[in-house]
Amino acid sequence: MSTLNELTLAGAISGMKNKDFSSRELTQTHLDAIADADALNAFLVTTKEAALNMADASDVRRARGDVGPLDGIPLGIKDLFCTKGTRTTAGSKILGEFTPTYESTVSANLWRDGAVMLGKLNMDEFAMGSSNENSAFGPVVNPWRAKGKTQKLVPGGSSGGSAAAVTAGLCLGATATDTGGSIRQPASFTGTVGIKPTYGRCSRWGIVAFASSLDQAGPITRTVKDAAIMLGSMAGYDPKDSTSIKAEVPDFAASCTRSLKGLRIGVPKEYRVEGMPAEIEKLWADGMNWLRAEGCEIVDVSLPHTKYALPAYYIIAPAEASSNLARYDGMRYGVRVDGTDLTETYEKSRGQGFGEEVRRRIMIGAYVLSAGFYDAYYIRAQKVRARIAEDFKNVFERCDALLTPTAPSAAFGIGSRLNDPVQMYLNDIFTVTANLAGLPGISVPAALDSSGLPLGLQVIGKALDEETCFAIGGALERAADFNAKPDKWW
Amino acid sequence: MSVDAKTVRKIAHLARIEVAEERLAPLADELNGILHWIEQLNEVDVEGIAPMASVEDVSTPVRKDVVSIDNTREDVLANAPRTEEGFFVMPKAVE
Repeated sequence: MSTLNELTLAGAISGMKNKDFSSRELTQTHLDAIADADALNAFLVTTKEAALNMADASDVRRARGDVGPLDGIPLGIKDLFCTKGTRTTAGSKILGEFTPTYESTVSANLWRDGAVMLGKLNMDEFAMGSSNENSAFGPVVNPWRAKGKTQKLVPGGSSGGSAAAVTAGLCLGATATDTGGSIRQPASFTGTVGIKPTYGRCSRWGIVAFASSLDQAGPITRTVKDAAIMLGSMAGYDPKDSTSIKAEVPDFAASCTRSLKGLRIGVPKEYRVEGMPAEIEKLWADGMNWLRAEGCEIVDVSLPHTKYALPAYYIIAPAEASSNLARYDGMRYGVRVDGTDLTETYEKSRGQGFGEEVRRRIMIGAYVLSAGFYDAYYIRAQKVRARIAEDFKNVFERCDALLTPTAPSAAFGIGSRLNDPVQMYLNDIFTVTANLAGLPGISVPAALDSSGLPLGLQVIGKALDEETCFAIGGALERAADFNAKPDKWW
Repeated sequence: MSVDAKTVRKIAHLARIEVAEERLAPLADELNGILHWIEQLNEVDVEGIAPMASVEDVSTPVRKDVVSIDNTREDVLANAPRTEEGFFVMPKAVE
């Protein structure tokens, strides 16, 4: 039984179908693995009793022959998703012991399909960060270490707990969210698969809001097919989210093995950034060759406004955040720190409740939205965003999808990049464009670098064409034959 | 454009975030680092471009105009720091 947590999600589904093991056994194995992984700091809460109850209920359903697509599969939930009766913190102190009285649509969809909740996963506070060092509950540690080294590495962020838990065998899959790269960059840093679907594919209802025009939920898993299965359950129209898209959810899993013959794959020249490690350049070239071998044509394309994507993002996202996070005033939920009057109570509650990076972004947001600066910063950034979306529209007339690296580096040391916010922001240079344009993007583990750390390749697709992302992602996965796992040290 | 300690104090107040006096100047430096980096957006030709607030080209859907009684008072108050007889309790807001 000790290897049940090394299965793929798809493998676990067939194992239960063949009666090789029960959901209870599968769930208990994962709970044991979580109990043994405190050193990773991936789980903030383990819902042990509820997990076993859900597993038992799944086993009863299976005995009756009445199973959903994810029946009995133990999953981790990023602590940004509201879970009824289970504390939800968004990685922040300001929410205190906030215990939602409702369930997010995405997690409700997973339970509807039979999945089992193991607990809530650590993350950067309010999903703001690229290293998980901004969590009020301490950083998540990447299960991966460089060959022969013991230095603790970051798992990426903001969905660092999700990515670390999936890599370390603490859950078969995890929910995550991506506002500028928070699913794909941690997937790349941990040798896992992560997809941010088209904006509007997954309901945002019940997900703690960061930047509403960019936030999107998606899964982190061990394989492309697992991600397809999980996204199939998470996605779907929801009348409670006015930006949720009224579109059928296709059979994503079926698209993973689709032929790529005749597809045109764009390679944007602006993604060859200065200082990118040669190993990442080489991996990118390998990826092109793998896709050529599948019958794809590689075409050089240009996305001329790429370099402006991150600066535009760091106006738009903080502006939206400063508005969304105005709700944390210590009055209706969360922590209140009393002052001498109402204003001082607000200022103390927020000053002490929010962490450093969140305070910084709220202030940037308040500044760019303030009188006299609104047009120069905020409106200009929204115009640049339109330019970026237009770039994608133009290239997708010439190709079916884009192939890029996911991140400009492998995982780095905890504490090594904290001094310069802008250097930290550059982690998202290849991922943030898909958020600004609302497009689906998948990261697939494709190689280990010379120090033994995973690197990912990213496929960006047209809006609502996750299927092509899964098809290309599946081909990259087969060609790369990536099956490395971190040595257990924790 | 760059901000000084006085401007940071104003922004912090707008955002209702308490900042200690000795943190104002270092915070101004941090914010200026970010703001200077952002200023490269001035290089982009945005003449005649409409600002983009959403990637979706649809109008906001309208729900049916019907009365609904949820009766969720207990749920709404469940996480409040202070309540009394079914109300939120907060500091005096109007003098």
